[in-house]
Amino acid sequence: MTKANTYAELMQLPDDRGHFGPYGGRFVSETLSYALEELEATYKKLSADPDFQAEFDKDLAHYVGRPSPLYHAERWSRMLGGAQIYLKREDLNHTGAHKVNNTIGQALLAKYTGKPRVIAETGAGQHGVATATVAARLGLECEIYMGAEDVQRQSLNVYRMKLLGAKVNAVESGSRTLKDAMNEAMRDWVTNVDSTFYIIGTVAGPHPYPQLVRDFNSVIGREAREQSLAQTGRLPDALVACVGGGSNAMGLFYPFLGDESVAMYGVEAAGDGLDTGRHAAPLCKGSPGVLHGNRTYLMQNHDGQIIETHSVSAGLDYPGVGPEHAYLKDVGRVNYVAATDVEVLSAFRELTKVEGIMPALESSHALAYGRKLAQTMSPDQQIIINLSGRGDKDIHTVAGIDGITV
Amino acid sequence: MSRIEQKFAQLNEQGKKALIPYITGGDPKPEYTVGLMHALVEAGADMIELGIPFSDPMADGEVIQKAHERSLAAGTTLEKILEMVAEFRQTDADTPVVLMGYLNPIEHMGYGNFAHKAKAAGVDGLLMVDLPPEEADNVAPLLKDAGIDMIFLIAPTTTAARAAKIASHASGYLYYVSIKGVTGSATLDTDAVAEKVAELKKITSVPVAVGFGIRDGASAAAISRVSDGAIVGSVLVKKVAELAEQPDQIAAALQEPLSEMRTAMDA
Repeated sequence: MTKANTYAELMQLPDDRGHFGPYGGRFVSETLSYALEELEATYKKLSADPDFQAEFDKDLAHYVGRPSPLYHAERWSRMLGGAQIYLKREDLNHTGAHKVNNTIGQALLAKYTGKPRVIAETGAGQHGVATATVAARLGLECEIYMGAEDVQRQSLNVYRMKLLGAKVNAVESGSRTLKDAMNEAMRDWVTNVDSTFYIIGTVAGPHPYPQLVRDFNSVIGREAREQSLAQTGRLPDALVACVGGGSNAMGLFYPFLGDESVAMYGVEAAGDGLDTGRHAAPLCKGSPGVLHGNRTYLMQNHDGQIIETHSVSAGLDYPGVGPEHAYLKDVGRVNYVAATDVEVLSAFRELTKVEGIMPALESSHALAYGRKLAQTMSPDQQIIINLSGRGDKDIHTVAGIDGITV
Repeated sequence: MSRIEQKFAQLNEQGKKALIPYITGGDPKPEYTVGLMHALVEAGADMIELGIPFSDPMADGEVIQKAHERSLAAGTTLEKILEMVAEFRQTDADTPVVLMGYLNPIEHMGYGNFAHKAKAAGVDGLLMVDLPPEEADNVAPLLKDAGIDMIFLIAPTTTAARAAKIASHASGYLYYVSIKGVTGSATLDTDAVAEKVAELKKITSVPVAVGFGIRDGASAAAISRVSDGAIVGSVLVKKVAELAEQPDQIAAALQEPLSEMRTAMDA
């Protein structure tokens, strides 16, 4: 078997039980098994249904504003002196990030299954806002779970969700961040499973979530692939995307998995540094285990307890990662690397000043690594960095670091 | 015959139903657990479900979440839980002990390693909340070889076809979750439970015990009339929480409601 064939076969995953090699699966309490089987059957049927696809595509075009541009950051590329950098502008989507691609898709699933209520967990608040947005549009009751610490550092998004009509629950248990919000959303779902659709925001969780969140986001990679061919006449040499749970990265990578010439880099949050213990980089520094319904790489201690993570960006502050990333790491298709808070803030400032684009701190992880990568390459090479969200929501965090209250 | 099977056979002969209390191992501190286990038996427990604390107890309500947090803060580990069972076994060879919790600490220890150590400690059953039979292929044969029963959950949302599949994998007993929700929430609908348990009894000879929502003598008695056993957790764990700073009083505080349930079930 040639390498290219092996790569193309990666696109056939997951298997029919939701496994990506040893990862993924459906590790949930029994009460949820029926709901997940039902969701799997619904998704299987609707993903092959031209009417459903047409409705999804129409919403992406006219509500989200797709396709998002593939922008050649000429000035920044010239300044760095290496590869040509193209930014996939997911920050220009309605609600300001890639998250809406997925919530549009899942809200349509909720509509088709007749569930009147949706719930979601959120870290930075982008997924919460994207969920509250589609819930408002479809007239669905909406409750969002958000770690109490994130409620504080992302107060702007909390208020946006409230304006959109969602109830926002600050989760006080555990480390009071994204993982605890997900625990609480699971508890809500198990209690209200008959009436409620759980809109998971990343490519993690029990099968079929990793698959369907990837599928809804893979519009990013399909567009980027076409745009690259149309604008430059060829495929990029490398793709770079940040990885928390990993939905924007999976969305960009998936349509390129079979393209052997395209290298891929998933950038985790190194926080204070990978050797300090204060980071959120399970692929770089963790080990396999089971959490939130799937087997994947986790940040855990000697006893299998999940440990607290640290990152300047709330959206990456998660101790697990999507199971497909875990598998892509093991088979060597994607390189997983990390960027520290310091590198991230520097990239945030640099892109803002040089290109007039203010990126989200999550996306700034991809920029921070992409910047280094570009400098090792030649000007006739090209890389695509996924600019997964805009930075308005992070103004308070950055100002705080500068000692300024806004 | 496993210790759990023996216990159910023995109860059956006596015309009694199983009373199965749950406490979280290491709550409020590891050094109290073995004493509390003996106290539970003294007050009428037929078996004990001992919780393995986990940092992310997704299927548990606030009462048991807090118990996990207290236990972990006091330094409890899976290794220490196994030591507690071994110590309990030194003076109680009859009462089955089922470890209940979440998969990750067991997976992290290694399934083979866990099965070996659990057997040596005298563990009789394992109930992993987030491990349905479909995902149990790696661990089930190792536990079977070690003589440890795998206890699975059945929920109100479980279809008949799925219940049959789960029952075919189960040994020891089946744990019927009486409500949709987390531990310690909502109240019990005994008629609905009776109907579901009767359906289960048609497809399996494995005993069916019922948990979630049992809080006093009346509810324990009502459940035991329609099933093979009553599992009680949050009510007891709440007592532990109230007395976490006066740990010497916990045993008596657990025995009071448990004795009341025993009396009501045997009446």
